[in-house]
Amino acid sequence: MNNFSLTLKDVTKIFGRRLIFDKINFSFQSGKVYGLAGPNGSGKSTLSKIISGLLEPTQGKVIHENNGENIIPEKLHNYLGFVSPYLVLYDEFTAEENLFHFSKIRGTNYDSEKAKFLLEEFNIYNRRTDLLKAYSSGMKQRMKFIFALLHSPQLILLDEPTSNLDNSGKEKVYEIIKREAEKNLVIIASNEDSDLALCKEIVNIEDFKNNGNSK
Amino acid sequence: MKAFALFKKDWLSELRTRYAINALAMFILVTISVILFSIGQEKITEYLTGGLLWVVIFFSAMSGLSRAFVSEEERGTTLTLQLIAAPATIFSGKLIFNVILVFLMNIAITFLFFILFESFVIKNFLLFTFAFILGNFGIAISSTIIAAIISKAGSKGTLYPVLSFPILLPLILTLLELTKFAMDGELVSDSLVEIFVLVCYDVIMLTASYLLFDFIWKE
Repeated sequence: MNNFSLTLKDVTKIFGRRLIFDKINFSFQSGKVYGLAGPNGSGKSTLSKIISGLLEPTQGKVIHENNGENIIPEKLHNYLGFVSPYLVLYDEFTAEENLFHFSKIRGTNYDSEKAKFLLEEFNIYNRRTDLLKAYSSGMKQRMKFIFALLHSPQLILLDEPTSNLDNSGKEKVYEIIKREAEKNLVIIASNEDSDLALCKEIVNIEDFKNNGNSK
Repeated sequence: MKAFALFKKDWLSELRTRYAINALAMFILVTISVILFSIGQEKITEYLTGGLLWVVIFFSAMSGLSRAFVSEEERGTTLTLQLIAAPATIFSGKLIFNVILVFLMNIAITFLFFILFESFVIKNFLLFTFAFILGNFGIAISSTIIAAIISKAGSKGTLYPVLSFPILLPLILTLLELTKFAMDGELVSDSLVEIFVLVCYDVIMLTASYLLFDFIWKE
């Protein structure tokens, strides 16, 4: 199992005059599935972006550690797999071309065996040479999972992971989450009960809207 | 090599979408045609042709070079890039793309000027080549960082030339001066001050761009 940890220290986000959440303190460890819960607009995606280094918190710190060593923000993308509704892949490329370019830009060799395994697992191997613009929204969602998992990340952050997926897609995602959580840190941001049912611990963002005092 | 991989991705994407190449080609053809129509049978001076060359180059750059970042922002793929590479890699990849595009564009424009304008006569070709190469790098560097800034803004199309003008002005003025010297047949050794100004401009813009890009790139 990997030894990846994530610590939120007094993480606060304010957009303009609107407080999104205040002083979130929480520690995440690999080997578990965690949930970020809250109704629409509560700040789940904002917290996901802060955890993934895409957004700076207004106050507080996010500390990523691998085997006890701090990960600098410039290197975080090597450890992170991210799926979200606002993630868009390149429509003008095929599924295989997308994965090839992503691997090369990451500076890694394109692992065609792993790509084949993931494409088969998500049931889009037969459509791998089609341009992404011809994919349905569900197939694009499956591609996002392949994008997130191809480089074997230690932190897997899934924002609304089952949106646009059919039942078989959801089952596959749940199976993968359980498998990945055996060795990695998995965080799910969702308000779907079936998604949150997989989580060992849940951070409810609504509890952090009241000047740092958890309700 | 990561930056080169990003350049390769952008280049293949450009060949499929023709977002920048078509815009640039059309712009170059239209502007040069308008200049030719407006001149008619008039004979224009050498200096004026040299000036017109850099005017066409400036506005052509404004029509196509913002693509590097604007297309990512419009398609919503900025987040994807942020998830796969460090900011310095992204900037380097986009810069390589714009350098290649600027060189192709400016070679085409200069070639058209040579064959279409009788008064476009360069007597010191070496000096013009120095100015051309350093100028192209300057335009590419400035255009890339400005494209990154305006890609986050609402009115991208208007903001790009407006923001670029003051930043590119010292570069364009020096290039105009060097083109004039090249047309007069002056020696490279007599134009060293202007050449050093171009080198300094390129180095300063490149350093400032790498320092600033981290802040621009993050939301």
